[in-house]
Amino acid sequence: MTILDFTAVVAIVSFVAGLLGSLTGLGGGVVLVPLLTIFFHVDIRYAIGASLVSVIATSSGAAASYVKEGFSNIRIGMFLEIATTFGALLGAFLATRIPTSALAIIFGAVLLYSAYLSRKPRPQAQRSLPPDPLATRLRMNGSFPDLEGPRSYNVQHVPTGFSLMFGAGALSGLLGIGSGAVKVLAMDQAMQIPFKVSTTTSNFMIGVTAAASAGVYLSRGYVDPGLAMPVMLGVLAGSLLGSRILVKAETKSLRLVFSVVILVLGLQMLYQGFWGKI
Amino acid sequence: MEVILGNLLRAGVLLSAAVVLSGACIYLSHHAHEPADYRIFRGEPSEFRTIPGVIQSVINGRGRGLIQLGLLLLIATPIARVAFSIVGFAIERDRMYVAFTLIVLAILLYSLLGSGLGTHP
Repeated sequence: MTILDFTAVVAIVSFVAGLLGSLTGLGGGVVLVPLLTIFFHVDIRYAIGASLVSVIATSSGAAASYVKEGFSNIRIGMFLEIATTFGALLGAFLATRIPTSALAIIFGAVLLYSAYLSRKPRPQAQRSLPPDPLATRLRMNGSFPDLEGPRSYNVQHVPTGFSLMFGAGALSGLLGIGSGAVKVLAMDQAMQIPFKVSTTTSNFMIGVTAAASAGVYLSRGYVDPGLAMPVMLGVLAGSLLGSRILVKAETKSLRLVFSVVILVLGLQMLYQGFWGKI
Repeated sequence: MEVILGNLLRAGVLLSAAVVLSGACIYLSHHAHEPADYRIFRGEPSEFRTIPGVIQSVINGRGRGLIQLGLLLLIATPIARVAFSIVGFAIERDRMYVAFTLIVLAILLYSLLGSGLGTHP
């Protein structure tokens, strides 16, 4: 394949991944690394470097519109970013030390977990929980616009959420993904943050988390300009289009299709990792 | 304040995409018909791994150097956003969150500069 063909095909695949990732809310980065390694035979380290860069682009591109709607909670985001950036830095250093087959196996496991999570209904945070003393001291409780006017919420279990976020950051740094699945676990399940607030806040955090490991990846030579260029431009264009045409009726079947794709890619990554093909 | 920050993020992303795109045009016009091979990991040469190296290769008119510059701008965008948040929290006189944001900024800067990105090739 010549560089021109390769660039064009990778750009189209990245565009579709970005579009589907944004329409389903599952993120495009998670399918990019397996697609690049399995179908384009790209070394997983180059694939992770390119995917990480595209994660920053989609997160920063989308955050602008979320901030205006008043859903994202900047204080929760900034506090948890201490955990995610620290984890991301650690994950990026780990990624340069462990064998690529181990990276593929961890990636496969994360894909399977994401596929499982996307089929499960998201837990609705309970209304009117008592305020938690630590969350109150950290000024995390807030409110957001709901159908019946502003709805307030009280954040719970801050230490658990903080530790889970460290894990999410480490996975993001290790695999070059946004690791939305672990962030959901931390913010929805542990901290009981309402769905709309947790989704938008996590999206705003993803770019900062990825930036923390991107420096390490770039300086270690994992970010190839020829590969990162079509991936970044494709995913960015796809996700920007996706955020404009968000059609609610079709997302359900789209989510099903996308989670099957994630499942199959996860199994492939596990297979190739265990048999030493990556 | 938050709206300004949101627009800052969007502007940073669009600017970096434009720089990457123009680098792509130069790169493809020179190398379009060479074979693409990413099977074997070699690691990038130092001109694409450090900030001075990237700037030098942009001055030399290299397309891939321009792409890396665009990617550096992209990485800098969320970092700039964190830096501006410090100002936002300071205006609200929220010392605790000024401190938290400083910690995040320190980690980010360590990743960018401490990992050898700022050194000469």
